[in-house]
Amino acid sequence: MENNREVLKIVVVGHVDHGKSTVIGRLLYDTKSVPEGKIERVKKTCKEKGKPFEYAYLLDAFEEEQKQGITIDTTQLQFFTEKREYVIIDAPGHKEFLKNMISGAANAEAALLIVDAKEGVQEQSKRHGYILSLLGIQKVYVLVNKMDLIDYSEEKFNAIKSEMNEFLNNLRVYPLKYIPISAFHGENMTEQSVMMPWYKGEPVLAAIDLIEKDKGVEDKPLRFPIQDVYKFDERRIIAGRIESGSLNVGDEILISPSNKVTKVKTIEYWQDRDKMEAVYAGMSVGITVEDEFFNKRGEFITHIEHAPYVSEVFRANLFWMGKNPLIKGKKYKLKLATQEVECEIITVNKVIDASTLETIENANQVKTNDVADVTIKTKEALCFDEFKNNQSTGRFVLVDGYDVSGGGIVSRMEKGIQTACTLVHKGLEMTVHCFDEYYFILSEGTVRKIPGKTGVFSVGDVLPVIGGTYSYSENLDIVNLESNRVAKIRKSVLQEIVSFNEYQYGSFDLIESKGSLIKVASEEDFKRFRSDFELWRERAGKTAEFANRWFDFMKNHEIKYREVANLYTLEFEI
Amino acid sequence: MDHLDRLEAQSIFILREAYKKFGKLGMLWSIGKDSTVMMWLAKKAFFGHCPFQFIHVDTTYKIPEMIEYRDKIAKEYNIDLIVHKNEEALKEGMGPDHRRLVCCKALKTDGLQQVVTQYEFEGLILGIRRDEEGSRSKERVFSERNKDSEWDYTNQPPELWDQFKTDFPKGNHIRVHPILHWNEIDIWAYIGRENIPLVDLYFAKDGKRYRSLGCAPCTGMIDSNATTVAEIVEELKNTKVSERAGRAQDQEDAYAMQKLRKDGYM
Repeated sequence: MENNREVLKIVVVGHVDHGKSTVIGRLLYDTKSVPEGKIERVKKTCKEKGKPFEYAYLLDAFEEEQKQGITIDTTQLQFFTEKREYVIIDAPGHKEFLKNMISGAANAEAALLIVDAKEGVQEQSKRHGYILSLLGIQKVYVLVNKMDLIDYSEEKFNAIKSEMNEFLNNLRVYPLKYIPISAFHGENMTEQSVMMPWYKGEPVLAAIDLIEKDKGVEDKPLRFPIQDVYKFDERRIIAGRIESGSLNVGDEILISPSNKVTKVKTIEYWQDRDKMEAVYAGMSVGITVEDEFFNKRGEFITHIEHAPYVSEVFRANLFWMGKNPLIKGKKYKLKLATQEVECEIITVNKVIDASTLETIENANQVKTNDVADVTIKTKEALCFDEFKNNQSTGRFVLVDGYDVSGGGIVSRMEKGIQTACTLVHKGLEMTVHCFDEYYFILSEGTVRKIPGKTGVFSVGDVLPVIGGTYSYSENLDIVNLESNRVAKIRKSVLQEIVSFNEYQYGSFDLIESKGSLIKVASEEDFKRFRSDFELWRERAGKTAEFANRWFDFMKNHEIKYREVANLYTLEFEI
Repeated sequence: MDHLDRLEAQSIFILREAYKKFGKLGMLWSIGKDSTVMMWLAKKAFFGHCPFQFIHVDTTYKIPEMIEYRDKIAKEYNIDLIVHKNEEALKEGMGPDHRRLVCCKALKTDGLQQVVTQYEFEGLILGIRRDEEGSRSKERVFSERNKDSEWDYTNQPPELWDQFKTDFPKGNHIRVHPILHWNEIDIWAYIGRENIPLVDLYFAKDGKRYRSLGCAPCTGMIDSNATTVAEIVEELKNTKVSERAGRAQDQEDAYAMQKLRKDGYM
């Protein structure tokens, strides 16, 4: 075994008692991958308990599992062929242990779906098929097991094959092969079965060697979610794992959602042998950057031309495995890559019974073991991708109380309910909130911010400089101090975006990106403002103190009264 | 990236998650090959630093060379080490002449539990691997223990897409397993590649070596002529004997490890 050997992770799923553990036990046994001590020990245990030897006992290590003859929790085992190494993940088939099945399957690259030849396609065969499709596992073989019980009949095998295929194709899962086997008797496992001469394909062991690993995650756009920032010594290291793409020293990078641009200064290391100028998908790395902004866990580092989605609302497919049902409107914690944010389900578009594919529209909750299409709103802006474009940044889990209770994949961003304006110029993006409206909501007795006109504006586009509750002059410069950018607006039209460092004061109104007028009336004032800002940023001083000195929010705003807020577009209290 | 690079990257990711998530974090260091690889991975994860305490639960029955090596490495790599003994049990005469599982429970499990309580650890990093034995093959990367260190193995949390269990009631702790996905040969191949310092007991002398290290009275040697890392890798490729065959406590009962580990054993 060389170090450049390949490893493929395969999960084995299917209905309870259809023989998942037996298939794996047999594979391990036939490939001589079980240590001597283990077989002896399992045989001894079986003898003591007065039970016949079962291959499944090689995997079902827990006393409860062996006594009851079922798999409770997922197991991972390794074996190898001449071609490569395998991690085989055994998943429980019992409905009660669906969350353990999902834990196992979520780590797999390919799947073997086991169907009992005599019992045919059962509830969990279908539910597991559905879960595979949700997890994005496309490489699936269906093994029709216990062929000995139907006298190795080709006809019956074909009937099961067409039933399963019809169901799976509806889910856009297209099994690569159907293999008739008898795991217990070793038929079509490692060698061609003499009992089924009508089957012309490969036995299981040869067939799995034909599965090709996914490639190309390095060629996708860079996704580097910040895991942590370290300051153990003089270096300020941004640490994390590259989820896709690659990164080089000197690359210009965009940090989202704070929308800052800087360059990679160094790639850090401990031992000299780990010194590198470029890093790739899969690596856990640490970098330093040219401009030392305040960075935090959860932010995404990407290249400028391939920014992730940044939004508070998206549509997702999720499976629910919590103790309690998923309730519309309840607060949950959402974890996506290294981000953690409070969220709620604003719409349950439909609930799907994963075994019958029956759907319920507009439900208020999702029950344990059900699958649903939902719209989620997060409390703060979230960076993500659609799952079909990037798996690792397009999937998330929901935490209910202390427990991970749901998993989901992002099907699309909801464009209609953006809550900010984005200005774009030559690949530079700038998010501004200065066109939001502020109302005193009489029914609630509070002032709320309600997004006004939203969308993406490029050079030449007319901006809404006069709104319902604000009014700016038609010539103004909007400054985003966090992302270090200034947008120049002339005669209400976006002219260009420049970096704050290069910006020259032009005697136009200066507006901070959230809408406050900056108290600058002359070149002199501007110099003082810039140096005060630099000082404040260096010392990470109190924001309020700085804002009180320089900002005037009410200058261009008035707060109008409203009976009620429109809940759907409501953003947050101020 | 080759196979070892991928294993290393995943372990580093796990260590960094643990460091970010737990206020009080400790790494269990048994002085064996696995936990020494883990120490090395921590150095890499944190760019030459080890930003948490190391813990050695000393049964006082360890092989003497292990203790010597422990103190040498701790000094050399600047490790903040807690050495803990279950003094109470030792005073009452606990030792291997009692039943093995009773001794393991008192000196290792209870000793560890005392450390967790005394130092209020929220996270404990352990170097167990799935390929070692059955109950470990079922483990999660982040595995919760209650205030008495008990493991509810019949109701483990789902663990998908590297989103680990990081929410739990106060008083409980999380066992973090950064090398759960490595196997024995991976460990040796990595030791060879990185040139990681290791206690001599693993290398053959007079035709015998230790394959797994533990307490002197309960740990057996194997027949071997492997005196280098490369020779050990070669030997392991051809063996059919399990790694922990020399560990007496495992053989006490068919479910010995499951029982020990349910109560909080490593």
